[in-house]
Amino acid sequence: MAAAEAAVRLEGVSKSFGALRVLDNVTMTVPEGCGFVILGRSGTGKSVTLRSIIGLVRPDEGRVFVGGRDITGLEGEALSNVRKQVGFLFQSAALFDSISVGENVAFPMRRHTKLSDAEIRQRATEKLASVGLGEDYEKMPGDLSGGMRKRAGLARALALDPSILLVDEPSAGLDPLTSDEIDELLLGLKHEHKTTLVVVTHNITSARKLGDRLVMLHEGRILAEGTVADLEASDDELVHAFMTSSHSG
Amino acid sequence: MLAAAADRTTSHLSSVGELALFAGKAAQQIFVPPYEFRETVRQLYELGLRSAPLIALSGLAVGVVLSMHTRASLERFGAESMIPAGLAMALVRETGPLTAALLLSGRIGAGIGAELGAMRVTEQIDALEASAVDAFRYLVVTRVIACVIALPLLTTIMNFAGILGGFFAETAATGMSLGLYFTRAFSLIEMSDYVPATLKTMVFGFIIATVSCFLGFTTTSGTEGVGRASTRAVVLSSILCIVANVVLVQMIFFVYPQAAG
Repeated sequence: MAAAEAAVRLEGVSKSFGALRVLDNVTMTVPEGCGFVILGRSGTGKSVTLRSIIGLVRPDEGRVFVGGRDITGLEGEALSNVRKQVGFLFQSAALFDSISVGENVAFPMRRHTKLSDAEIRQRATEKLASVGLGEDYEKMPGDLSGGMRKRAGLARALALDPSILLVDEPSAGLDPLTSDEIDELLLGLKHEHKTTLVVVTHNITSARKLGDRLVMLHEGRILAEGTVADLEASDDELVHAFMTSSHSG
Repeated sequence: MLAAAADRTTSHLSSVGELALFAGKAAQQIFVPPYEFRETVRQLYELGLRSAPLIALSGLAVGVVLSMHTRASLERFGAESMIPAGLAMALVRETGPLTAALLLSGRIGAGIGAELGAMRVTEQIDALEASAVDAFRYLVVTRVIACVIALPLLTTIMNFAGILGGFFAETAATGMSLGLYFTRAFSLIEMSDYVPATLKTMVFGFIIATVSCFLGFTTTSGTEGVGRASTRAVVLSSILCIVANVVLVQMIFFVYPQAAG
């Protein structure tokens, strides 16, 4: 698939931190509107892959394309323009704890749109309502449960209606029911808004639900790639063990 | 063992280099628009205005103690009438600026180090970047500008509070009137005493903000790292302010020879 046809494409991306090679010549293509899941054990480079898509981590080698545009060397305004098209739900939700939940969601709109205060507040409330937090605009992040924080983080990630949503460990620290609810919200986005999802997880239940295509990383390299069925049929012992594990959190 | 020492030295030198680059970037970006006006005003309130009570109270206490010590010394020479002028000169030229800088290294340095450190380990700085916001400009440049503006103002508050503290001590000891005290206090002070000494605190503000922001920005190792960043911010910015003061006083004497008189 050509770079221009993919929502996201990584070409031969490598990254080291000191002597530790975290990514080693990783190439992957995320088609538009796809639920793309990056699987793997802890410390295999999943989050670094996700961060490289939005320029939070710079590859030592290789190139990263977003919407067909090479973002590898972008900085300043050019990189900001790419980031406005991409939402990022962090593992810890990463809400700004000095402002209210509603203002967290309003923050990207205040920065990047010319909407009036009233319009921004209305849109932020709508975004919060879409994740079930319509009544929680004035609450502070510290007053929310883990699941609510994740929902609020999702609402903030969607503030600018991104075409691509990057999600880092959506079920981390959540009970199975709350984790299911987050997965359903993400599925709704994919189906109703045709949002491209790139999800990093080691939760196989989430991966099955969200993944149209999956890649499995191991020691910084792609060990397997394909649909859920493809990975389940893999001869590789590690891939097989991972796909048939019952771990869900 | 030798290799470990060499590694530590290399690591320290590398950190010094990174801090210098960080400070250079901050100094350059202060003058490059667009400015984060709202956030800068918020930081001026948080770092400046909210430090005013600490500075004013400390200034009062320093003034009382300085007056008591000065009285004990000058009484021997029968020069008690010089107490207000001597105290005001000491405060305006050196004690006020440096004491304010050290107090603010504690309050502001610890605050910035802990706040940015916590933001780093909870991915809030990454979240800013992911929201297409230049985190350096939003978090660092705003704090540097706020500190550079706030330090001279807070130093002036410290000076006046100290002089007022001296009055309380004097009036308690001798019953001196407010009018006479202030006339005597300002009888020897000239603009060349006040302006250079107060403006040098802009450098202290730059040091406190950049050192604390750097340590907060580069925090690792979770909450333990946040505590370490906060402590180091206080220690390093205090030391650098004291060392910078030596150089700045020399420079002031060179540029304003009358200030050395």
